Amino acid sequence: MGMTMTQKILAAHAGLDSVEAGQLILVNLDRVLGNDITSPVAIREFDKLGIDKVYDKDKVTMVMDHFAPNKDIKAATQCKMCRDFCAEKEVTHFYDVGQMGIEHALLPEKGLVVSGDVVIGADSHTCTYGALGAFSTGVGSTDMACGMAIGKAWFKVPSAIKFELKGKLNPYVSGKDVILHIIGMIGVDGALYRSMEFTGEGVASLSISDRLTMTNMAIEAGAKNGIFEVDEQTLAYIAEHSNRKPVVYKADEDAVYDETYVIDLSEIKSTVAFPHLPENTRTIDNVGDVKIDQVVIGSCTNGFYRDIEEAASIFKGKKVAKNVRAIIIPATQDIYLKAMENGLLKIFIEAGCIVSTPTCGPCLGGHMGILAAGERAVSTTNRNFVGRMGHPTSEVYLASPAVAAASAITGKISGPEEVM
Amino acid sequence: MKFEGTVIKYGDNVDTDVIIPARYLNTIDVKELASHCMEDIDTTFTSRVKEGDIMVAGENFGCGSSREHAPIAIKASGISLVIAKSFARIFYRNSINIGLAIVECPEAAEAIEEGHIVEADLDNGILLDKTTGASYKTAPFPAFIQTIIENGGLIESIRKGAVK
Repeated sequence: MGMTMTQKILAAHAGLDSVEAGQLILVNLDRVLGNDITSPVAIREFDKLGIDKVYDKDKVTMVMDHFAPNKDIKAATQCKMCRDFCAEKEVTHFYDVGQMGIEHALLPEKGLVVSGDVVIGADSHTCTYGALGAFSTGVGSTDMACGMAIGKAWFKVPSAIKFELKGKLNPYVSGKDVILHIIGMIGVDGALYRSMEFTGEGVASLSISDRLTMTNMAIEAGAKNGIFEVDEQTLAYIAEHSNRKPVVYKADEDAVYDETYVIDLSEIKSTVAFPHLPENTRTIDNVGDVKIDQVVIGSCTNGFYRDIEEAASIFKGKKVAKNVRAIIIPATQDIYLKAMENGLLKIFIEAGCIVSTPTCGPCLGGHMGILAAGERAVSTTNRNFVGRMGHPTSEVYLASPAVAAASAITGKISGPEEVM
Repeated sequence: MKFEGTVIKYGDNVDTDVIIPARYLNTIDVKELASHCMEDIDTTFTSRVKEGDIMVAGENFGCGSSREHAPIAIKASGISLVIAKSFARIFYRNSINIGLAIVECPEAAEAIEEGHIVEADLDNGILLDKTTGASYKTAPFPAFIQTIIENGGLIESIRKGAVK
């Protein structure tokens, strides 16, 4: 029986000729990732094993991004625990304030993930790297600890849903709208335990950052991983960022999929997910009149350069509405620097936005933009659960950078066409 | 593995942000995490939960973040077993890995109500609602997962050489 892209990568990393859905396998890991929230629990568990070194000091990676720069004494203590551990174990890829960025934007940029890799990360959005044709998935801290110790993790081989993309996106419509549309269609558990595999002629028209945004939110449909077929654009991106050689896996012609959806990109409209689930989607023409208090543009979902650039193109020469706080967070130092060099920061500041150093901060209600009771935010992040960005009665509306920027200008949820 | 406890019931899509809000993730102290468990959807949980109680919920329990703090907080609050219609996959593996007993059983999760007394015999795959007398069958765990559970979690399994 034919295998999906995901199954082929897993088989190769388990030393097997073939695998089938449902099979439990032990898989060799190319990278093990953690952040300042999940790594401390992993370190505590790792220490119980009584092992004095990690399986491969070049493959273990820690990024201080969630509550860093340290938001309080407890957060500082957690970062210090990670810093001390990485120093003691001589971990090569430890990213602290100054070098760090939001982990899932940082790893592709640093060339730490290439096509064909298997990556686990103690962060649910680790599924992002599927955009580069890798198998990557979120796990917990104990899996991270065991991954750091033995370089392996157990998996149940997933079945898959195929998304065949065709056509091209309209202006101001981006990968975020596509993935919100898909989650709205299949639900927050629509891909539970399964792979979401993206193929078809429409893939070529999507930028790498559009693809990263889409695979990033595979977890919001419950998926184990999201993965794009590798094309010339993927290989060019990897060649630009990494010295490692990608391994390209294509799904077999006779691979079996649970379901196949054909998505015409030209039909996708700007889409917003209403509280309190990412599946509560509405197209921009159906949002009604929703006044807002805050806008956040950033995160591992939409803090890429193209996202920041698109937001700037909308803010240019305009002002943030009175009583709206607009927070822009480029996801990495390189993105921040490029935005500065290209004059984007000036556009934001003149419009009345603030620009923050990279951090996950407000996305998970950590710091840098917490909501008060009853407040509403339009955010380019990935979750709008109860209390996600602050008070349990506050509300988060998920949208693209274009919609978020337009909404900041009008003070209510708005499509970019309203201000351009 | 056998459990008996009083049921505390929730609905579908209980996410890890409500199980333990991220604002409390600046600590790994299990007691402190437990003291905030479920507070964004149920401010009474921490005061009424008793050692051995059983949590029952709907579809996609534990969706969202990979934070292991979520099953840790549930376990440390005294919950002995979680029964749900379905579990989000990261929460599911985290629970197995840390030794929090969980079982998927849509029929039981639908029928069992708040406050019922439930007896669970996971070795034989039987859930008994002692309040109504109804009983439910559950599927056994695959052998590999059974090994992890029997060894007291993934860390212990590796330490004992059961997983290499």
